[in-house]
Amino acid sequence: MATNEQTLNDETAQAVDEAALNEEASRELAAMVAEAEQSSTEAADDDDGAELYVPQSDSERAGVIEALIFVSDEPLSAKAIAEVLKEDKEVIKTAITALAEEFNARNGGLQLREVAGGWQFATRPEYHEHVRAFLKTRPSAKLSIASLETLAVIAYRQPVTVPEILEIRGVQSPSAIKTLLDKKLIVAKGRKDTIGRPMMYGTSKEFLLQFGLKDLSELPSVEDFHDLSGGS
Amino acid sequence: MSEETPEGVEERAAQLNVAGAVPQIVPDDVTDDLKILLGEFEGPLDLLLHLIRQEHVSIYDIPVARITDEYLRYLRVMQEMDIAVAGDFLVMAATLIELKTKMLLPRDPLAPPEEEEDPRSDLVNQLLEYQKYKAAAQMLWSRATVEQAVFKRAELETDKNNPEVAVGLFDLLKVFQDILARHKEEALLEIEREEISMAEMLERLRNMVMSSGELNLRVFFERARSRRELVLAFLSVLELVRTTEVKLFQRETFGDIVARVAGGTDGN
Repeated sequence: MATNEQTLNDETAQAVDEAALNEEASRELAAMVAEAEQSSTEAADDDDGAELYVPQSDSERAGVIEALIFVSDEPLSAKAIAEVLKEDKEVIKTAITALAEEFNARNGGLQLREVAGGWQFATRPEYHEHVRAFLKTRPSAKLSIASLETLAVIAYRQPVTVPEILEIRGVQSPSAIKTLLDKKLIVAKGRKDTIGRPMMYGTSKEFLLQFGLKDLSELPSVEDFHDLSGGS
Repeated sequence: MSEETPEGVEERAAQLNVAGAVPQIVPDDVTDDLKILLGEFEGPLDLLLHLIRQEHVSIYDIPVARITDEYLRYLRVMQEMDIAVAGDFLVMAATLIELKTKMLLPRDPLAPPEEEEDPRSDLVNQLLEYQKYKAAAQMLWSRATVEQAVFKRAELETDKNNPEVAVGLFDLLKVFQDILARHKEEALLEIEREEISMAEMLERLRNMVMSSGELNLRVFFERARSRRELVLAFLSVLELVRTTEVKLFQRETFGDIVARVAGGTDGN
């Protein structure tokens, strides 16, 4: 115990010296903080006053678009980009398409793609093994066949009720529907105006994200599956 | 377990090549019983489709008697194995038997032949419809598989999604500076008194944080009665952060900095 106290006292003595130094340093830093704060306030004032720089060429505009898509957490819509650039949405759409074409022509590790109504950068699937090795992750559990069948019926028939799903699948699917709701792949879309007022379900934005779809129209027509089945 | 060894059950199951599905025996983790999986039939329609394919018959011209027999054989096996047959399977069995009877009945000789509807058409349509969604489910499965191999940029760390990293050294210093400034105005006269040591200050901070789980650093700094104590208080905060005993976070940008016991429950 005695040694322990001794150490503590030494530490205290050291701390006092450090304290004096720190006090000096703190004064110095405080001046820096004050200065930095002042300049940042000035910068903020500037932001409010002046207009954003307007890109002067197509390539400059493409650069801005690329930067915005990169920093966005979620797929970024053409509308959101158009708002920042204060340009027509159609003009921006054309610009993004051209940018995506140019970017993807590189055939690198990244792709610029359209998903769930917006644009995002993502890795190319062929590099998943290395990415997983680096991230130390494993693919998450897949949906059961029952859940996938139920999801398929909901995706193509939305808004659809539980009895209607039963009619197509020929089997009850309450647990599948619960799983899909828990995973936020489907959402309740209100009640149908019929006997019993059953709840109607439809797919969510999360569904588009998890299945890499631009929008629902990208789903292949269900009629095309006519001859495909049975090959499993 | 009696004479029915796992091997015995397995052997019996192997003989039951019902509907082309080779049964699998799996031990139940919870009850230590053996479970038998008879293939992956998602429902009566799925089973029917399988039987139709197995018997190499056309979906548009189902030999109802043959398929019904196969179907019932499957259900019987399920019952023999003490597997609760889902109600939906029984409903389909009833439908099939009804169909079989209808097919056996002689046609109404008075009805014009072209107007008579094939009693199987409802079932055929149902099967065709189900087949489409089964294929759609397969399409979704492969899409999900590809999508799982695509990685998106990780979320940026912002004040919004991670308040714990929002406190920088400068924020901490600013609080310190505010207090110091206030002290400048107040402490015109400093009387020598017994000074608190670094160890004591550390102890004080520890106690204050531990007792309530979290501590507003402004409150802690304001307790200091001299510049020296204030410096010690500041250093002790740095020390406890260094030893990861406490974590600092801010509820909002420029808000008060709060120290919280590290590893404690996240109160956000």
